Amino acid sequence: MTSVLEIRNLHVSVADKPILKGVNLLVKQGEVHALMGPNGTGKSTLAYTLMGHPLYVVTGGQVIFKGVDLLELAPDERSRLGLFLAFQYPVAIPGVSVANFLRTALNARRRAANPADKGIPIPEFRKLLKAKMDMLQVSHDFAGRYLNDGFSGGEKKRAEILQMATLDPEIAVLDETDSGLDIDALRIVAEGVNKLAGPNMGALVITHYQRILNYIKPNVVHIMLGGQIVESGEADLALHLEERGYDWVREKYQEKAEA
Amino acid sequence: MSEQVAELEKLSEYKYGFSDNVHYAYQSQRGLNAGVVRTLSGMKGEPQWMLDFRLKALDIFNKKPMPTWGGKISLDLDEITYYTRPSEKTESSWDDVPADIKNTFDKLGIPEAERKFLAGVGAQYESEMVYHSVQKHLEELGVIFLSSDDGLRQYPELFREHFGKVVPPTDNKFAACNSAVWSGGSFVYVPKGVHVEMPLQAYFRLNAEGTGQFERTLIIVDEGAQVHYVEGCTAPTYSRDSFHSGVIEIIVKKGARCRYTTIQNWSTNVYNLVTQRAVVHEGATMEWVDANLGSQLTMKYPSCYLVGEGAHGEILSMAFAGPGQHQDTGGKVVHGAPNTTSKITSKSISRAGGRTSYRGLLKVYKGATGSKSSVVCDALLIDDKSRSDTYPVIEIDENEVTIGHEASVSKVGEEQLFYLMSRGIPKDQAEGLVVAGFIEPLVKELPMEYAVELNRLVQLQMEGSVG
Ligand SMILES: Nc1ncnc2c1ncn2[C@@H]1O[C@H](COP(=O)(O)OP(=O)(O)OP(=O)(O)O)[C@@H](O)[C@H]1O
Ligand SMILES: [Mg+2]
Repeated sequence: MTSVLEIRNLHVSVADKPILKGVNLLVKQGEVHALMGPNGTGKSTLAYTLMGHPLYVVTGGQVIFKGVDLLELAPDERSRLGLFLAFQYPVAIPGVSVANFLRTALNARRRAANPADKGIPIPEFRKLLKAKMDMLQVSHDFAGRYLNDGFSGGEKKRAEILQMATLDPEIAVLDETDSGLDIDALRIVAEGVNKLAGPNMGALVITHYQRILNYIKPNVVHIMLGGQIVESGEADLALHLEERGYDWVREKYQEKAEA
Repeated sequence: MSEQVAELEKLSEYKYGFSDNVHYAYQSQRGLNAGVVRTLSGMKGEPQWMLDFRLKALDIFNKKPMPTWGGKISLDLDEITYYTRPSEKTESSWDDVPADIKNTFDKLGIPEAERKFLAGVGAQYESEMVYHSVQKHLEELGVIFLSSDDGLRQYPELFREHFGKVVPPTDNKFAACNSAVWSGGSFVYVPKGVHVEMPLQAYFRLNAEGTGQFERTLIIVDEGAQVHYVEGCTAPTYSRDSFHSGVIEIIVKKGARCRYTTIQNWSTNVYNLVTQRAVVHEGATMEWVDANLGSQLTMKYPSCYLVGEGAHGEILSMAFAGPGQHQDTGGKVVHGAPNTTSKITSKSISRAGGRTSYRGLLKVYKGATGSKSSVVCDALLIDDKSRSDTYPVIEIDENEVTIGHEASVSKVGEEQLFYLMSRGIPKDQAEGLVVAGFIEPLVKELPMEYAVELNRLVQLQMEGSVG
């Protein structure tokens, strides 16, 4: 069965300030949606809210994922249900290696499914991680480095995609994963996303640049403005934005832009 | 306890003959006085000089005030039993062992036989065997690794030459107490140029005797020699005696290297007040690696006295305080010669109302030119109920030195937890992972099996399942 993430009229506040003001969106496994929009319009807020960040308070609306009320779940439960967020600003965990972290994450999944599970055997885990690192052309010594600690901007983004590849989600939200990647890295990461996207994964790709959409072909492009999705269209909407900027959107939805 | 002792006495009688079996009609009594000291020394058959040393220490103990630093000691020193002959120790059974400790054994998957030993109610014969095969290998190298009582008996001159020189009884009240009634602990001598490849593990030796309240360890690393000594174990160690006060003296001679690793996880009824110090000679290196997880109150500040040119001292200390616990730990380095270097790294974690304190002293004497020292102490608070303080003292009498001091207190970050949880890791495990990362610089210095166990134990502590 195809997994579906459905966002209905979602309202979210941060520190009592309303940010999202009625977002509607439906992402299915196998689909790629692009989400664009000016700085500060609430794209990351949407991403964090979906994942369950405690600072983002839902004041209205619903999110249904695989028939479950997502908003009732803790972040770890959401993840284990098949949701993934590639962070715009990944957090460093000094002293914890990428490999150790990923093994812990995989084992948490296995244990949630079967409390008696002994965890993934180490040789099997090594093989899996190696395969994923090769797919994303990440050097193997990545596995031994402390998670995001002293990583360059691009390395952090690659580490996010490596995590995504390892955890194998059904719906992934990629928050500006393309920012900070060099041209080669962008291609490699995009190819990686494509390999995963296929029929097994749906993606919500938050981006400012049309460039990544040359590699990852979106089914739909959405524009967010003032905490709402105001326009949705086909891939050429992104090209259109690239040429003309957001002014025409702001003009068209003036009252929302000012909200 | 008596069962264990009886078994051990049998073993020693028939196999190894290292413990005498004479029965003395001696009743243990409370409080510390000359009578107790004389009886103890007499029963051990000690030379006159040791008895004199003990009596003098007793005098000092009586005159010295309680330390004004450290944690709150709610102990009536007159109510303590300072020496109990093993055969008279009261029967202690598995049923008396607190449930939380049994629980932890379960979680750590400690084998049945070993549990009883760790809980102080049984012996472990397997490690006894290991100890004796280790002994044979060490003998071939000329290395001495004995209990301090045996050391005094078998190497009276070497023992007397160094004993009580690094930590004199006058040092502090608890050192005086230990000097008066010490029993057990290790005596180690590594001859010139000998490198002992495997770590010497007190665990094996101690298993044969049970742990003592007033252990006294003396380690002499002769010129150019190298040794790593490991004391303690990660599994919780249950003791019915609430007052433990050890003294560790180490002499690292010219060009030698010594590492002393402690993992302390006493049951939470224990006061653990330890004086540990090394004198480090020319071009020699001393490293203390010290992890304290258990006890009600720990006061322990491993020290290095750098007395020879180019001597190097390093102290890596980790403390974890849970509910009702106070870990008052740190380090002390004295630079007394030119071009000496030192490094103190302290990592502490406080959880669920626990308290950690870093107490450090860095002293550079005039003439210790070109000396360098860096002190880094990081504290991690798991919640708002917990507490951490630093009390660093720095005294520099020489201008030509380089000193660095950094201290930080951080909380387990909400962002870190959210990030880890967003990958499917439950909250308590996520906290555990952050903590494991925090202590990684220390853990990676430990022998492999200790590192694995320590990590597991910290995870358990974080889940709050260890009392
Ligand atoms: N934790 C927070 N505390 C206070 N304000 C916040 C917080 N998170 C978001 N906001 C505010 O919410 C608004 C939306 O921010 P958000 O990060 O969602 O924007 P964005 O669309 O992702 O922008 P960008 O394209 O720059 O990444 C901004 O005004 C921002 O300042
Ligand atoms: Mg953003």
